[in-house]
Amino acid sequence: MSAPSAPHGHQGVPHQPAPAAQTPGALAPTPSQTIGPFYGYALPFPGGGEMAPAGHPGTITLHGRVLDGAGEPVPDALLEFWQAGPDGSLRGAPGSLRRDPATGAVVGRDGVEFTGFGRVPTDADGRYALRTLPATAPASRPAAAPYIAVCVFARGLLHHLFTRVYFPEDTAAHAADPLLSGLPAQRASTLVARTDGERRYRFDIRLQAPDAGGGEAGEETVFLEFR
Amino acid sequence: MTPPSASAAPAPPAATAPADPAAAPPPPDPGPEPQSVIDREIAALHSAAADARAAGGPVPAHPGRDFAPYRSTRLRHPRQPLAAIDALRDPEAVELTGPAFGVTDITALDADLTRQHAGEPLGERITVAGRVRDRAGRPVRGQLVEIWQANAAGRYAHQRDQHPAPLDPHFTGVGRCLTDDEGRYAFTTVRPGAYPWRNHHNAWRPAHIHFSLFGTAFTQRLVTQMYFPGDPLFPYDPILASCTDPQARARLVCAYDPDLARAEWSLGYRWDIVLDGPSATWTEEER
Ligand SMILES: [Fe+2]
Repeated sequence: MSAPSAPHGHQGVPHQPAPAAQTPGALAPTPSQTIGPFYGYALPFPGGGEMAPAGHPGTITLHGRVLDGAGEPVPDALLEFWQAGPDGSLRGAPGSLRRDPATGAVVGRDGVEFTGFGRVPTDADGRYALRTLPATAPASRPAAAPYIAVCVFARGLLHHLFTRVYFPEDTAAHAADPLLSGLPAQRASTLVARTDGERRYRFDIRLQAPDAGGGEAGEETVFLEFR
Repeated sequence: MTPPSASAAPAPPAATAPADPAAAPPPPDPGPEPQSVIDREIAALHSAAADARAAGGPVPAHPGRDFAPYRSTRLRHPRQPLAAIDALRDPEAVELTGPAFGVTDITALDADLTRQHAGEPLGERITVAGRVRDRAGRPVRGQLVEIWQANAAGRYAHQRDQHPAPLDPHFTGVGRCLTDDEGRYAFTTVRPGAYPWRNHHNAWRPAHIHFSLFGTAFTQRLVTQMYFPGDPLFPYDPILASCTDPQARARLVCAYDPDLARAEWSLGYRWDIVLDGPSATWTEEER
């Protein structure tokens, strides 16, 4: 960083210094900040929730709502999904937001490649829907409980939250899952989608447990921290 | 899911006090609260954080999600502790890898926000550039960087932004690029304006550019905001203040860099980014 004689910034916020090591050998990370209310014209893209190849007979629908601590819908959340490919590959593939080189417009996925990545904003009622292939376990660990990784962003959320969607068919594998097996049953249940029709699953995300457990209170979703 | 008790009987009258005083919510929002209320809350939280640092506690690199001066956090932060996943003990976790992006996902014009329309946007033309690395200093190569911002007058091209500042027909304020083999990114844009918001009375956000970054793993995902040096709004902004460590706040502020300025064309700002979070691909892949 070379800002030789530039004066430091105002009131205790100097400009960016050389990254300081917090622990030996590690650079200090850039802090998170909220996604704010106005990402809607920038981050969502057409077909963001259509992860499954076009017309794929194995396509499942995963849908639900994002709710706040008052049980109200969160209309300005952005959900991102990441999952292993049908062959268990974790390499992903480009092409989630393919562009038209002539006009620059987003033309969307090619309908063939499974990129493993989805991005869906919630609607005015806090709802989202994703059409994807069933979750698969990584190829290196085929007996593992399959899940879809989820990252939640929202106005009012200063740092994104990770969670996971497991599926009700895989109960046996859930018992051996390092995350689920370490949680009390009621907490673990927040990570398992429920069947909601043919090839259809419901998965709600509750950002915060309601205050005093009134009314249609729900269990706060389990969120994850990676170390 | 599974309400705690059956609801055949009418609910008892609401308790008069919350069960846990420590979790008592701050005053309701939105309110006509003056800046001085926010200032006092920020000062108290910063002072408590300084005491914790002085006592040798861990220095949080990120904002806590429960930061009351930013009123919208009130109902949107989990109360339960996060479940820890140790990358060393669960090396096959899906999140230790992440999505891939490529040449199909961007066009050459995406990184120049001043050339996306027939005419030139109004405002101070700037170049913003830097490097994206992981915490070990390794460059993050070929990954997607997305930005969005207000125009020079402080107005987003978003239907819900009702700030009565002019829209600029020649500026959308959205950019994308892929990092190069050194982890470098660069955008040409205009400097965004400050804008008002409704957190409290007469609240203004310091000028900022929103950034979204992918690393080599989903765990390294980052959405953040870059600020400009010397902004007089810094001390009043609860979102920047949510980083209670002054050094963490400093890492969100770019630096003027004359080497990035282009003579008689644009001013230059450097902002280097370090992605947090473990990755499975450190040793085996070069993606
Ligand atoms: Fe903003």
